[in-house]
Amino acid sequence: MTLRPDLAIIADHVEPGSRVLDIGCGDGALMAALRDRRGVDARGLEIDAGNVAAAMARGLSVIQGDADTDLAGYPDDSFDYAILSQTLQTTPAPDLVLDNLLRIGRRAFVSFPNFAQWRVRLSLLWGGRMPVTRQLPERWYDTPNIHHLTIDDFREYLKHRGIVVEGSWFLSGDKRTADALANLLAQHAVFLLRRAGTNDRLSG
Amino acid sequence: MSHDQRHGLARHISLPGPLPLDGGGSLSPVDIAYETYGTLAPDAGNAVLVCHALTMDQYVASDHPRTGKPGWWRKMVGPGCPIDTDRYFVICSNVIGSCMGSSGPASIDPASAKPYAMTFPVITIRDMVRAQAMLLDHLGIQRLKAVIGGSMGGMQALSWPATFPDRVEAAIVIASTARHTAQNIAFHEVGRQAVMADPRWQAGDYYGGEAPSAGLAVARMAAHITYLSEAGLTEKFGRRLQARADGAKGAKSFGFDADFQVESYLRHQGLSFVDRFDANSYLYITRAMDYFDLAEEHGGLLANAFRATGARFCLVSFDTDWLYPTSESRTIVHALNAAGARASFVELSSPYGHDAFLLDAPEMNRIVAGFMGGER
Repeated sequence: MTLRPDLAIIADHVEPGSRVLDIGCGDGALMAALRDRRGVDARGLEIDAGNVAAAMARGLSVIQGDADTDLAGYPDDSFDYAILSQTLQTTPAPDLVLDNLLRIGRRAFVSFPNFAQWRVRLSLLWGGRMPVTRQLPERWYDTPNIHHLTIDDFREYLKHRGIVVEGSWFLSGDKRTADALANLLAQHAVFLLRRAGTNDRLSG
Repeated sequence: MSHDQRHGLARHISLPGPLPLDGGGSLSPVDIAYETYGTLAPDAGNAVLVCHALTMDQYVASDHPRTGKPGWWRKMVGPGCPIDTDRYFVICSNVIGSCMGSSGPASIDPASAKPYAMTFPVITIRDMVRAQAMLLDHLGIQRLKAVIGGSMGGMQALSWPATFPDRVEAAIVIASTARHTAQNIAFHEVGRQAVMADPRWQAGDYYGGEAPSAGLAVARMAAHITYLSEAGLTEKFGRRLQARADGAKGAKSFGFDADFQVESYLRHQGLSFVDRFDANSYLYITRAMDYFDLAEEHGGLLANAFRATGARFCLVSFDTDWLYPTSESRTIVHALNAAGARASFVELSSPYGHDAFLLDAPEMNRIVAGFMGGER
């Protein structure tokens, strides 16, 4: 089974045998890949009951819950990685979710759609309409995306919060895009983060 | 079929005990009525224990000897079912305190050669679990592939890995809770008081005479309401009236007959219950449920209950269950997360309230099947 491009990047960079919490794990595709290919002990959190059932049917440990309310119960540093893919822009309080991510996981993978990609810019600039693209197919009234952000927004936020970037990957479709023009060219971004001042070696 | 006399339908064993009890004292002998389905693997590694709810029994997948009704979880347990009896050796035993063959208030006290009645010791959910462990010892089963139950059965399934951390690989807890709330206790107390207010109850010494059926029927009626949802009752009965004996349709009697269909339904539930259940058992088992507080047994912190076990957990709740609502399952899930246990949880949608777990719920079955298949 082929993983979505941003998930494939994450899957390639998770240390084998590590403990992973996938927040917004959907039907568990990434978790299953991590378990099967890299011997990862993966746990998931997912809001949609149908997705949870599908993931459970794959034999995965998935909890139906909400990133905004159900992360508090996890102890500090209980996972090597906390993963938040394509979910940040849908949460009411993305900053708090990021805090929890970096508290629960020694490292965090965060992927999100880049709302400064040129197609999105054009749509707004020339069309005067909120963009509806292949990557952002929903219309303004039915989109789950409530906190639109760009790659540069995210970089600035990380700098402001002193969060360390260990890796970043930028995607246009399933192709990689150069760092320099990522904010203009990339449809998706993937960041590997850790708290400042924490050991840069995996201890788990 | 196995030739082992310990295996099969309608089994009964009298174990010498003693079984030490949470309330002090002990039970001896310990009678356990149980059924097994499927074949025990040579290494005894394929055993699954099914725990039953308050008024259920060991007849999980075979016809009930008194009512003739099919087993209470036929869609869950059987060949090709989520708890697949072609793969697993399934055990279901009547809890102690009950009245379908296991030791309970209606059993004969060897000391007096008369029924225990109210001299039967008050038991807890953990006592029920310890009795099940004694049965497993008798069957030569050290470790369970899984323990599964709904409602009070879920309390036992939750209590199993907390009480015997190394004897369970997986626990499936459906429509259940880690403790009884004030509201849960309140409803049970109404039921108990209904039994005790029946003059035939005679402080429990009614064996050989007339049972307090009127009181028990009222208890069952009150409890039954808590098993259903308001929406479910509305859909099933609304304000519809009973057809009258004289054939008049949908007319109020301006009396106190069962005018409304829902009244007639509840009366039927109450009356059919007393034919198959002992009133004193109802007192003892509701008491055990009221005393259940898994956190209290572990220093007040629920997560502590799960620290010693490596078991996987699967929790399922139903959105219209107001007896053990989703918030109760979520409390358990948070404790499991805090303990680092491997846990899955899903809230399913159903119009049927608490009873949803006993009805045909394809989604629940799919989840249990997936969880059972996911041993890694």
